[in-house]
Amino acid sequence: MSKDLKRREFLARFIQLPCAAMVFGAVGTGDNKAAAEGPYRAEDHLYAMGIQVDRCIGCGLCAEACKNENNVLKEPYFFRTWIERYSIMMDGEAEVDSPRGGIGGFPPLEEGSEVMRSFFVPKLCNQCDKPPCVQVCPVGATFKTEDGVILVDESYCIGCRYCVQACPYGARYIDPRTLTADKCTFCYQRITKGLLPACVEVCPTQTRVFGELGTRSSPLHRMKRQSSIQVLKPAMNTEPKVLYSDLDGEVR
Amino acid sequence: MRLWKIPDQVIRLAVLIVIALAVLIVVRLRFIPDSFGEIGHYRTDALKEQAALTLHYAGMQACIECHDDIGEMKAASYHRNLSCEGCHGPAFKHVDDPGEFSPAVAAGRIMCVRCHGYLASRPTGFPQIIEAIHNPVEPCTACHDPHDPTPPEVPEDCSACHAEIARTKAVSHHWSLSCETCHEASPEHRQSPRSFLPKKPTERAFCGQCHGNGSSSRESAPQIDLNEHGGRYLCWQCHYPHHPEGR
Repeated sequence: MSKDLKRREFLARFIQLPCAAMVFGAVGTGDNKAAAEGPYRAEDHLYAMGIQVDRCIGCGLCAEACKNENNVLKEPYFFRTWIERYSIMMDGEAEVDSPRGGIGGFPPLEEGSEVMRSFFVPKLCNQCDKPPCVQVCPVGATFKTEDGVILVDESYCIGCRYCVQACPYGARYIDPRTLTADKCTFCYQRITKGLLPACVEVCPTQTRVFGELGTRSSPLHRMKRQSSIQVLKPAMNTEPKVLYSDLDGEVR
Repeated sequence: MRLWKIPDQVIRLAVLIVIALAVLIVVRLRFIPDSFGEIGHYRTDALKEQAALTLHYAGMQACIECHDDIGEMKAASYHRNLSCEGCHGPAFKHVDDPGEFSPAVAAGRIMCVRCHGYLASRPTGFPQIIEAIHNPVEPCTACHDPHDPTPPEVPEDCSACHAEIARTKAVSHHWSLSCETCHEASPEHRQSPRSFLPKKPTERAFCGQCHGNGSSSRESAPQIDLNEHGGRYLCWQCHYPHHPEGR
């Protein structure tokens, strides 16, 4: 065969070889990348959410999307995330309202009310680094995962309500269908697949920013660089992983 | 031999310990669920169960893979950061089976007004309309394309660049004043804005032309005594002229 190899064929193969190598090489690196992404490894992640308060327009899409995504009961007593409207009155009193958790938007401020300033604050489980709810759970049904999310094991929870009381942020409720505690999971079923939590996905003004702590190339890190960051109830020493930027001092 | 006899009480104690251990092992096997304590004080399987829950929102990337024309149009518009499913509702089923399930189309005004209806609590500068006076009854889509919501009219001279101020002023008590009432801008300002700055009022007397006692302005303009009101401060240190009643 090699004796019969003509110059024309030889040149053709000479050109084909590097092309084939490139194609196979590309396939090879693709496989490697897939292997690197591979099955989800919780220990490689540490999730957090940023909330840019001065951008929130109070449309309520986040609270609605959360209920859709996580099959939360539609009655307005059960929320994994909700929006509060703060109205600071002329006398300095702060009034907070949250009709239906903000789903469907907010009504105009009361006619003739002496409002000095007013703004919206989205609230959700703060996914604390030192979660009081996990400390009080008598059976180990609520726990902090390696990626920093606080989850509830529905099949193991006994519905004792200790965690509901322990949460300083009022982020937990008892689901009357299962009589177990329920709360925001950062949409664990989505983030483990590389998607954004539903509330972050639908937020029209990028009030909500989702990303990883400790990764410099995340939108969250950009927000932390560019704004002053506060957390809710820092005196509780819960070390929340929901970070608020430009938060008004009246917000509790 | 007596030395090697195990005392009765020790035997009884040993029996008790063996029974206790047996009970402990049985209880642990019976009551501690599988996969408990592998990583921490919880069931590892609970993580898998959470991660396996059904998705309802597919994410914008999934939408744009098929609807790339709309995606491109939206990417260049004011609505570039909006997720498709914000207005159209959860559409994971549609991605799975486009024939069987179609996402909702937001019609009428309700969906738009949810974000763009005027609320005093919204951030200053966010484009808002007062629904009752902004072409009532007409559906928004009659004039605005939600995928490219650029206002249908060409912006007027000043608002072409100072859109945020124009929008803010439009919902304030100063909505009827033209920019030139307070700012005198030379035509060159349009060619090189930084070299030819428009003029701004510099003294209290300027505002006093309308708001001073005895000025010949409309009755609706609040009037004050320039000598007593506000002391040594300039008007705009307390009142934002583009939105005088704002925060």
